[in-house]
Amino acid sequence: MLELFITFFKVGIMTFGGGYAMLPILQREIVDNKGWATEEELLDYFAIGQCTPGVIAVNTSTFIGRKNGGIIGAIVATLGVVAPSIIIITIIAGLIQNFADLPVVKNAFSGIRACVCVLILNATVKLVKSAVVDGWTAAIFALTAVLSFAVDVSPIVFVMAALILGILIKTLESKRI
Amino acid sequence: MIYLNLCIEFFKTGLFAIGGGLATIPFLAEIGRSTGWFTQADLADMIAVSESTPGPMGVNMATYVGFTSAGVPGAILATLSLVAPSIIVILIVYQFLSAFKDNKTVQAAFYGIRPASVGLIASAGLGVMMLAMFTSEFNGDLTAFLGSANVKVIVLAAILFVITNFVPKAKDLHPIVFIGISAVIGIVFHFAG
Repeated sequence: MLELFITFFKVGIMTFGGGYAMLPILQREIVDNKGWATEEELLDYFAIGQCTPGVIAVNTSTFIGRKNGGIIGAIVATLGVVAPSIIIITIIAGLIQNFADLPVVKNAFSGIRACVCVLILNATVKLVKSAVVDGWTAAIFALTAVLSFAVDVSPIVFVMAALILGILIKTLESKRI
Repeated sequence: MIYLNLCIEFFKTGLFAIGGGLATIPFLAEIGRSTGWFTQADLADMIAVSESTPGPMGVNMATYVGFTSAGVPGAILATLSLVAPSIIVILIVYQFLSAFKDNKTVQAAFYGIRPASVGLIASAGLGVMMLAMFTSEFNGDLTAFLGSANVKVIVLAAILFVITNFVPKAKDLHPIVFIGISAVIGIVFHFAG
C-alpha cells in the first residue's frame, strides 16, 4: 500500500499539464518499472477514463490502484496522485503572487512544454504498436486522430463509435469464417 | 457553510466534467459566478498556475479554487470532493469489466476502443505541440502563423526527439530527467521570449 502511494505520488509530481502528459510517466513507472499493468490495459483505462466523469489522470490512477490493491488500493493510488498538487498549489497560492507571470516560470515551462510534446509523441508511437494490430484498427486510429483534431467533438463520441465498430468488425469476421 | 458548499460544488464538477482537466473549466467558471468566491480574472490566473506546476491540471485547479475560497481546509476538501465521483464510478466500471473481461463482445469492443484511444492521445499531443511551438493560433493567415513559431522550442524538441529515440543509453533515462533539463534550458535561453 505504501508502495502504491509513493509510486502515484511520484507520478503526480512528475506530471506537467493534463492527463496526457502523465502517459509517458505511467508507461515508465507502472508498465516498465512495476509491471502493475500492460500497455494494453493502460490504453483501456485511458479510454475509459476519457468517457467517465472526472479528471483522466485521476480515473486512470484509480483503475490501476483497484487492480493492484483492491478498493483500498484505488483510494490510496488516487490520494497519492493528488497529494503533490494539494501541497504545491497551497504553497504557491499562499506565498507567491503572480507565480505564472514570473519570467523564470514562463521560461522553464516553455522548455518543459517542448519536452512534454516529444514525450507524448514517443508514448503515442509505443501505444500505436500495441493497439494497431490490423487494417481495421489502423483505420480507426487514423480517423480518430484526424477527426478529433479537426472537429470539436467530445471524446465520448469517438470512443462510443469505435466500440460499436469493434463489435461490428468482430461479428462480421466470425460470420465469414 | 462554505465547506459544505465547496464539497457539493466540486463533487458536481467531478461528476459532470467528462474528458479531463480542461473540461472542468466551464464548471469552475460557473462556481465563481454563482458563489462569488473568486472572479473570472482569478480563474484565468489559476488556470495559468495549474498548467505550470506539477500534477494533473484538473486537480491543481480544484486545489487552487478551494484554497482561494476557504484556505487550506478548502483546498483539501475541494480536491477530495472532485475525485470522489471518479473513485465511485471507476470502482463500478472495474467490477463490471472483471466480470465480463472474457466475454467476446467486450473484447471486440476494446479491439475497437484501443486504436481510438491512441488516436485521441495523438490528437491531444498535436494540440499541445501547436501550443508549445507557435505563439498565435492558426486563423487562415499562414505567414502570420508560421511567423509566430517559437524557434527555440522547435529546436529543443527536435534535439530531444533524436536523443530519446536514437541515442542508446539516453533512451532509457527517466522522462523526468528530460523534463528537468528542458526546464533549465528554457530558463538559460529565455524560451518564453
